[in-house]
Amino acid sequence: MKSLFKAIAVTALYAVSVSMVSAAETKATPKSMELKEVDAPSGTVSSANTFNRLLKKPKQKNAPPPEDGIHDPDNEGSHVLQPPLVAYEGLPTTDFGNYVDWVQSLQKGFLNPRYDRVDPTVEALVMDLDIVREVKASMPDVIFPHKPHTQWLHCSNCHPKIFIPQKGANQINMSAILLGQKCGVCHGKVSFPITTLSCKKCHSKPKPEDWKPPLSAASQKNPWR
Amino acid sequence: MSLRKTMEFLKRLISISAIVGACAMMLPQTASAEYADVVINNYADAAGMRPVVFPHWYHRIRFRCKVCHADLGFQFKAGGNKITMAKIIDGQFCGACHNGEISWSVENCGMCHSGVPGTPTQIHGSTVQRLVAPAYKSLDGGGAAAAPADAPAGGAAASKPAAKPAK
Repeated sequence: MKSLFKAIAVTALYAVSVSMVSAAETKATPKSMELKEVDAPSGTVSSANTFNRLLKKPKQKNAPPPEDGIHDPDNEGSHVLQPPLVAYEGLPTTDFGNYVDWVQSLQKGFLNPRYDRVDPTVEALVMDLDIVREVKASMPDVIFPHKPHTQWLHCSNCHPKIFIPQKGANQINMSAILLGQKCGVCHGKVSFPITTLSCKKCHSKPKPEDWKPPLSAASQKNPWR
Repeated sequence: MSLRKTMEFLKRLISISAIVGACAMMLPQTASAEYADVVINNYADAAGMRPVVFPHWYHRIRFRCKVCHADLGFQFKAGGNKITMAKIIDGQFCGACHNGEISWSVENCGMCHSGVPGTPTQIHGSTVQRLVAPAYKSLDGGGAAAAPADAPAGGAAASKPAAKPAK
């Protein structure tokens, strides 16, 4: 009987204490923090939470000069300049850069730019020689075609200042190219840009069937392997 | 009652448009000029002229790279040629063609000096300009170490807006 009373007393005490605590909690909670269903007005998502906030996409492709953000629309000359889309009509297209495939345009005869400043009959000094460069990592090996380059440029544009014309003499990596060295002197600035869409234009020779990526030292020495 | 409702609706509309407008202004403003358009502002702003905009696309339709970059001696670097009007009227650089014979002559100031005042020297749309973070520095120091202190053409002017995309 005594023990029963004790048990009842204990439960009662416990219940009281719990209710007191919960009361204290509800007292501490200000009214404004009570959950209430609120509908955010549409279009008010914070700019910090927008999708892919770092992606900079051009507002308009091939905009005419007065609307392109670089030419001053207050300058009368900007309105006289030829809009690019007028000139690009009928040219082969790509997904990057000017959205024009300049090499194809030249090779298929859509364009015939002069090789000499005054004489339109001068023919380009073209060399057809492909250079294969093996790539350490898993990317396909690089084929450098001299043909499209010599159709546009002269040997002296690249040799010997940018590329030493000797096998194995040129160390090239993508960081250097992105920083404007080696191929990056032109590619990524005026000739086709360096984007995910254009990797395979250079990295075009698939690795052999049995090729495996070299393991890093940290992986080879890993005792838990 | 209905008047009050419409007033409330109007208030809400105004606040929403204000927020949307503020968001739009905070987004990075990317000019949509042609890839490889070069802005040259070595001396123009200081001389009270608009900077020069050189459209590569227009010239490459008419001439191959070799004509300017091998024969006329244009360096592969935006702003690296130190072109002045004195050199142009002497027949150097642009003046080799812009002489009234091959192309229109130099009295058409606004055709070249057409840039938005204050635009820095740059190659518009270059990969360096589009990088979200500075270019990767490889562990062996290959790429980064090879780069000279004065970053290449697009890089110098371009890496700044890349670091601060909010403006």
